[in-house]
Amino acid sequence: MSTATARQAKPATMAQALQRAMRDAMAEDPSVHVMGEDVGTLGGVFRVTDGLAKEFGEERCTDTPLAEAGILGTAVGMAMYGLRPVVEMQFDAFAYPAFEQLISHVARMRNRTRGAMPMPITVRVPYGGGIGGVEHHSDSSEAYYMATPGLHVVTPATVDDAYGLLRAAIASDDPVVFLEPKRLYWSKADWSPEAPAAVEPIGRAVVRRQGRSATLITYGPSLPVCMEAAEAAQAEGWDLEVVDLRSLVPFDDETVCASVRRTGRAVVVHEATGFGGPGAEIAARVTERCFHHLEAPVLRVAGFDIPYPPPMLERHHLPGVDRVLDAVARLQWEAES
Amino acid sequence: MTVQERPGAAYRPTPPPAWKPRTDPAPLLPDPEPYRVLGTDAAAGADPQLLLRLYAELVRGRRYNAQATALTKQGRLAVYPSSTGQEACEVAAALALEERDWLFPSYRDTLAAVARGLDPVQALTLLRGDWHTGYDPREHRIAPLCTPLATQLPHAVGLAHAARLKGDDVVALAMVGDGGTSEGDFHEALNFAAVWQAPVVFLVQNNGFAISVPLAKQTAAPSLAHKAVGYGMPGRLVDGNDAAAVHEVLTEAVGRARRGGGPTLVEAVTYRIDAHTNADDATRYRGDSEVEAWREHDPIRLLEKELTGRGLLDEDTVKAAGDAAEAMAAKLRERMNADPVLDPMDLFAHVYAEQTGQLREQAAQLRAELDAESGEGTHGAEGDAR
Repeated sequence: MSTATARQAKPATMAQALQRAMRDAMAEDPSVHVMGEDVGTLGGVFRVTDGLAKEFGEERCTDTPLAEAGILGTAVGMAMYGLRPVVEMQFDAFAYPAFEQLISHVARMRNRTRGAMPMPITVRVPYGGGIGGVEHHSDSSEAYYMATPGLHVVTPATVDDAYGLLRAAIASDDPVVFLEPKRLYWSKADWSPEAPAAVEPIGRAVVRRQGRSATLITYGPSLPVCMEAAEAAQAEGWDLEVVDLRSLVPFDDETVCASVRRTGRAVVVHEATGFGGPGAEIAARVTERCFHHLEAPVLRVAGFDIPYPPPMLERHHLPGVDRVLDAVARLQWEAES
Repeated sequence: MTVQERPGAAYRPTPPPAWKPRTDPAPLLPDPEPYRVLGTDAAAGADPQLLLRLYAELVRGRRYNAQATALTKQGRLAVYPSSTGQEACEVAAALALEERDWLFPSYRDTLAAVARGLDPVQALTLLRGDWHTGYDPREHRIAPLCTPLATQLPHAVGLAHAARLKGDDVVALAMVGDGGTSEGDFHEALNFAAVWQAPVVFLVQNNGFAISVPLAKQTAAPSLAHKAVGYGMPGRLVDGNDAAAVHEVLTEAVGRARRGGGPTLVEAVTYRIDAHTNADDATRYRGDSEVEAWREHDPIRLLEKELTGRGLLDEDTVKAAGDAAEAMAAKLRERMNADPVLDPMDLFAHVYAEQTGQLREQAAQLRAELDAESGEGTHGAEGDAR
């Protein structure tokens, strides 16, 4: 049996799919450059960039000084000169020093130059909790990015999407904040690291499970939670539909609203904090567009409104199957007379 | 077993793993005295044609600053951060670059962009309150005027690095004020530039104040040029009002970068004669005597003395420079007095390469509002034609 066949027989992880997405993009387009702290020799602390420096050289997969504003700021200049930087922020909360570059320059350079200077930068941010990380290693910062016009905000939940969406992000002429759910890095799928794989267009949600009685709207690390909840809910007589957003910006109103109109009930599930969080926007959008189809208020199941807790307590903070099922039960809503 | 059957070897500490600070390349420290050309022996070596060109540009630049400041009083510019007194830095920055090089200006460096050949009206677009950048940065190789402090410096490093990766001998010149050197991006940019040996030159215009805060409250460094040594790049200190000196130092640094010698930090010591912007009251934080002392050390006056002393400046040359500056100002006044026509639909045109569904909805809403307004005659066919 050849090595390739042996590898094909083994299911791939999300981390491997992401790595292949960068490798394929770099092989096809010499302007694609990967950069960040530890992405070269080490292959990234999650090994997502493993082998890229060896294959493409340190000039195209560069270990930078440890400085996130510098990493993203120099990427802006590189993009100005026609390169396509893919930068890694290593951990969610480590990206905060780069916020000024992201908000003041990356997000608005196209706009302020009236289209003359696009920013084809992909900012890879491993995000979210559930891996027992200590403080500053588990934040869900998607709402900050969503609130900034000019950025695309993308987050895969499956191995296929990890490949397909990262390819699309790198190919995009606009900046993409690519949120990688780090607790799914080692999730596996029957996905060959060698076989042809599809590029997924950014901005389209998918229905992961069809159902008739309510819609769970979710993304990234909470998708497996919702799938499990949907299975469990069957015993209670709930036939749940699960929508995986995949892209928070642009937001796929069409797919989400079509689902809610079918089911008449909706719960938004994510682990970011609820107040001012992504679910607030999603619930408002759904209510504005589907009010007459709704049998109950759109509910949110989110992380508590607290700084991310220490790992020994994170299971109490992260929305789990039970919390989702509790919300589903509350959808049997009756208006107070 | 007895406690000690045989005498133990004498304790010898193991030597620490080898490490010592880099001492090569040799001295990176700037000369403590700012470099000067005008009025010194070095002036004899200066090219007369260059001095005359610098003179004409300085005169034009001074007039430009005056005209732009006047336009703020007429409400034609929303704000203008004048570079009066600093024209030597602005002009030398532009003239030290080749056409293929890039300039990364701060918000005060409009004049450098104009001296590089940018249309004065395009250069003022941001300050006018019209679209943020009035030109194609790639066409002119001038990055957008940068309002956040020092954030354009890492852009310059990245661009210079990318150019070198592509095999182009392009140099990036990044300009920043003394206040900007306190920002984190200043540090990160210099550090990246030195580690990557990027072909970039950092020009700090130390004009004494960051709005109202004097340099002594900004830094405890011996000079801003001294900061270079910590990054492993040479620092140069130059008299920022001596156009010939600034030009020489910058040309040298740009050439060194182009030859693969890596980055340089240049501190030009100058003074902001006008207030921070037209909205600032400089009398609250500095005295007249200080300003007067710097007026004596005026960049145009320094160059005039030199040129006159060498018999290079006659009345005709002075008049020609003055006339050219007046003509520029008159044309600028005339063009800036025309009301710009902006298309409100442009609000949505360049947020993304392809409009999102959300923005399409909002654009339709604005379109409807404009159509309703146009019934009242406030929005004509001009916007629709675009």
